[in-house]
Amino acid sequence: MTRPHDDTLLYLDNVTVTFDGFRALNALSLVMERGEMRAVIGPNGAGKTTMMDVITGKTRPDQGEVIFGRGTDLTRLDEPDIAALGIGRKFQKPTVFEPHTVWDNFLLALSGDRRPRFTLWARETDEERERIEALLATTRLSELRERRAGDLSHGQKQWLEIGMLLAQDPLLLLVDEPVAGMTDAETAQTAELLREINRSHSVVVVEHDMDFVRALDVKVTVLHEGSVLSEGSIDHVSADPKVIEVYLGR
Amino acid sequence: MNRVSVALCVLIVVGGAFLLAALNLGTAAGSPLHVPPYVVSLVGKYLCYAILALAVDLVWGFAGILSLGHAAFFAIGGYAMGMYLMRQIGGRGVYGNAVLPDFMVFLNWKELPWYWHGFENPMFASVMVLAVPGVLALLFGWLAFRSRVSGVYLSIITQALTYALLLAFFRNDMGFGGNNGLTDFKEIFSFPLQADATRDGLLVASAIALAASLLLAYGIVTSRFGKVLIAVRDAESRTRFIGYRPEQYKLWVWVLSAVMAGIGGALYVPQVGIINPSEFSPANSIEAVIWVAVGGRGTLVGAVLGAVLVSAGKTWLTGALPEVWLFALGALFIFVTLLLPTGILGALRRRDRAPAPLPAVEPAQ
Repeated sequence: MTRPHDDTLLYLDNVTVTFDGFRALNALSLVMERGEMRAVIGPNGAGKTTMMDVITGKTRPDQGEVIFGRGTDLTRLDEPDIAALGIGRKFQKPTVFEPHTVWDNFLLALSGDRRPRFTLWARETDEERERIEALLATTRLSELRERRAGDLSHGQKQWLEIGMLLAQDPLLLLVDEPVAGMTDAETAQTAELLREINRSHSVVVVEHDMDFVRALDVKVTVLHEGSVLSEGSIDHVSADPKVIEVYLGR
Repeated sequence: MNRVSVALCVLIVVGGAFLLAALNLGTAAGSPLHVPPYVVSLVGKYLCYAILALAVDLVWGFAGILSLGHAAFFAIGGYAMGMYLMRQIGGRGVYGNAVLPDFMVFLNWKELPWYWHGFENPMFASVMVLAVPGVLALLFGWLAFRSRVSGVYLSIITQALTYALLLAFFRNDMGFGGNNGLTDFKEIFSFPLQADATRDGLLVASAIALAASLLLAYGIVTSRFGKVLIAVRDAESRTRFIGYRPEQYKLWVWVLSAVMAGIGGALYVPQVGIINPSEFSPANSIEAVIWVAVGGRGTLVGAVLGAVLVSAGKTWLTGALPEVWLFALGALFIFVTLLLPTGILGALRRRDRAPAPLPAVEPAQ
């Protein structure tokens, strides 16, 4: 494994996480370039979500290095610090702020001062309004801006959450199962949305849906039992005998 | 939450208080319009409870912190006021000691404990009314929220806090009058407490404090801070991944709420004429939570309404059928939880607002 260089955005080396003796991550190593979109697949329990937890500061690894950008050690920071650095996360189950309107959800997610002493006095600025309008357009939610987020359909909530990630203007987006429970049309639109996002952001997508991963057409990392089993294009990994065994041999 | 209900509530509270005060002072005792002084003090007491309810709603309704010990902050504010009122008695106590309150003379104390100094000064006492509950809440909240203690665990700790204070204040050597507490007050800011005009003044002061608390709370929950707070209430970990620090938001609103409760307690004590450790009893804090649940959690105005209605019910029922009250309170709580989960105000509001229809069309390809 090479040391991080200037183009490296995320660098995980030999990361191990153990829960009560169960190795959720087992000497996992992964390198991502700036501007890259990466799909991470793997069977249940392969460590996909734990990997996201480690990157976003929710879980501390027992050992290993997690470096972001030029030498920021993520294992020493907590969730808000890591979010402030520019890592955004979308959860498997859409979690938006249900009682708030779509507009307010975006407003709260917009990058800016997060301290109580600021938000207590904050007024919406023209710049914020413009940014929210742009996000509404990107996520196709313009018509629903006044709608309570809790009243949105499942797919719309997923987009709202992706839009909220964009509002944070992160360097890296971690997206956990974005198309779970979506219709085919929504899935296709989501793939398009992610590709659009990838033009200006680096993205890690964790997904089960192989058709969706194929539609993304990016480098794929296959996790199994907490470490990388195979890496390469979707055709490369689906031809890998080890991957076939893990997926079909069960 | 709407502007109209808040404005209406402020108007009724302040207008009502002035009206009662005017009818008490301006009419003769025999007149049918006359409001007897006990009613003035009773309503004043309800308004103080409403301030406590507002404080509970601010943390429970908007930050999701279910405090089962909020009456502790109310009682501490009350004690700070009580200490001032005790020092005002001066040499007119039963033992005629110009410096020491009666209970200290009775306990054979020779000098005033250090923490009683300064309370003869009304300004100092007023600052303490705000500062002591505030600092206690700051300390407690800082420890609890930083360690991410929440939910039932936090509720239990708040209950333990008020119970610990109850036991502590019962002790004579704490220097707060033991189980008798502080009483026999003579005057406040040199106005005799028994005079009707003073009672009217306290009623109006309570109404203004309640109105100000309501407006402040409304301003906070409708600000961007308030939106973050609601987000923290419903999806705390999500706010963290967006970059907010929920513990900071909770701490701010927690301390503010404690100070608010303290003000309520400080206005309560001169109107009821006594403060003793029973104000710390866990049942009081639970009753405050019931007020909010009955009126409507997370509505502010509902908290005020619930506090006044339930307290008025208590006054009536403890007079008519004293042994039934606790059963009635329990039944009320069960009834509200099962049939009126959003409280009176929530039920009223749901009727106005038709549910928004879901969009049937897929976005265009």
